[in-house]
Amino acid sequence: MQPMKRRASINAFALAALGAVFGGAYAQSSTVDEIAKYREALQDGNPAELWEARGEELWRKLQGPKNVSFTTCDLGLGPGVVKGAYAALPRYFPDAGRVMDLESRLVFCMVNQQGMTEADATANKFGNGNQQKSNLEALAAYVTSQSRGVKMNVSLDDPHVRDMYALGESMFFYRGGTHDFACATCHGDDGKRIRLQDLPNLTKVEGAQKAYTTWPAYRVSQGELRTFEWRLNDCFRQQRFPELEFGSDAAIALTTYLAARANGAAFDGPAIKR
Amino acid sequence: MDAGRRHALKRGGGVTLLALIAAAGWWKPGDAFAAEWNKSAFDTHSLDETMKALGGSAPVPSKDIAFFSTPDIAENGAVVPIGITSQVPNTQSIAILVEKNPNMLAAVFDIPAGTEPSLSTRIKMGQTSNVFALVKADGKYYMASKEIKVTLGGCGG
Amino acid sequence: MADPMKIRANAIGDSTEVKVLMSHEMETGQRKDAQGKTIPAWFIQNVQVMHNDKVVLAAQWGPAIAKNPFVSFKFKGGAKGDKVKITWTDNHDETRTDEVVIA
Repeated sequence: MQPMKRRASINAFALAALGAVFGGAYAQSSTVDEIAKYREALQDGNPAELWEARGEELWRKLQGPKNVSFTTCDLGLGPGVVKGAYAALPRYFPDAGRVMDLESRLVFCMVNQQGMTEADATANKFGNGNQQKSNLEALAAYVTSQSRGVKMNVSLDDPHVRDMYALGESMFFYRGGTHDFACATCHGDDGKRIRLQDLPNLTKVEGAQKAYTTWPAYRVSQGELRTFEWRLNDCFRQQRFPELEFGSDAAIALTTYLAARANGAAFDGPAIKR
Repeated sequence: MDAGRRHALKRGGGVTLLALIAAAGWWKPGDAFAAEWNKSAFDTHSLDETMKALGGSAPVPSKDIAFFSTPDIAENGAVVPIGITSQVPNTQSIAILVEKNPNMLAAVFDIPAGTEPSLSTRIKMGQTSNVFALVKADGKYYMASKEIKVTLGGCGG
Repeated sequence: MADPMKIRANAIGDSTEVKVLMSHEMETGQRKDAQGKTIPAWFIQNVQVMHNDKVVLAAQWGPAIAKNPFVSFKFKGGAKGDKVKITWTDNHDETRTDEVVIA
């Protein structure tokens, strides 16, 4: 097997020269190419569609103590307007007095229009199998699917949004936690990877665009549809940071920063990832 | 289950039994629950054991069976895309076996006349392993094999 | 009742291409929960695809089919407007049938 032999010889050389530290050069092209093939083969038949279908039903369903559906929920483009809404989030909502991402806006509608408590609205925010489904993830799948193909257009006109962007940017580079990690530690340079996972360089526009426009995604390793809130939460966990609160200013600030940096790229979710 | 059916199951394997039942008119296409599930075939740990449970002889390697849209490396063993095309004449069924999985047989697809002997699906792989495409045609068995490397096993987490 | 499948059936030349996504845990019975208890196996065992009154695909599955199963195949015949019906049954005797019209 040709690739095996080639890799074995490079392996020996690399180990001798670099010790246990993997350098960018070790990520040999054959492995990267094969993984690209794996990712491509996954595209045909994305289980995210199951969440999209459930989310569309939930969008129209009368629910909560006030028996109201999401068709009166304003995601920024008018009550009930879903098409293109995600590509323009996060944005400032005067009725809430804060900048909101998709999930915090959905929760806002569940609480203020449908009459739920915030606890009930966020009860199963991250799903865990068919026994513990997340309505928020299903709704996110549906709403984001309606922005597929739409160019990211997070507006920085509003000063509140600009503040969040600035906060998100400083958070991105802020080192902390037990391992002195920042987002930039993994995502601030080219050619970084964790085991066989190439890490996108989010400080470059191309990297930021590719990363942001492919969340939400059906995460094969989770067997679930995961959103950007989940992605940030899991990054914090991996950095050994305290838990990132769902819908918090911290989560929204980082989202605003990364979403705005993806401006101009066509949104491509819900996607499918390993 | 009466003795006759049990005997037929052991001898003939679930796949041929399905065809027999359908041909005999015992199972009309609308009866979803009448479908049998070959329990012993899904509890095997070697190719020999699997062939015995399916009621077939050792498969012959065939160049007429090909994998398509099947990567060499799976980033996660929980979902591994597998595509198989058989150009063996009179293909009756296509089965997928994963050599190093806790149980070898992943699936058996019956191909009725009129259906293309080509399909794709996704399987779980516990670790790097050979994957066998097992084709039954004219009552005989043929196979092709491909090694798929798995970077993160998909059975237990 | 189990969540609906997502089925696409498209006429391509003189054939019909069927792609189906099923919502199912496909639990292997190998995993353990946080308390160390084995999570029981729960998976689709039988699948049947019908075009009008004819079976165009029948399958027996083990738990090694991936969670939220996906299958893609083609059969000869099938015209726009015909019905394709898919049924799955699992080891808990739960079942789900969905149908679509060939586009």
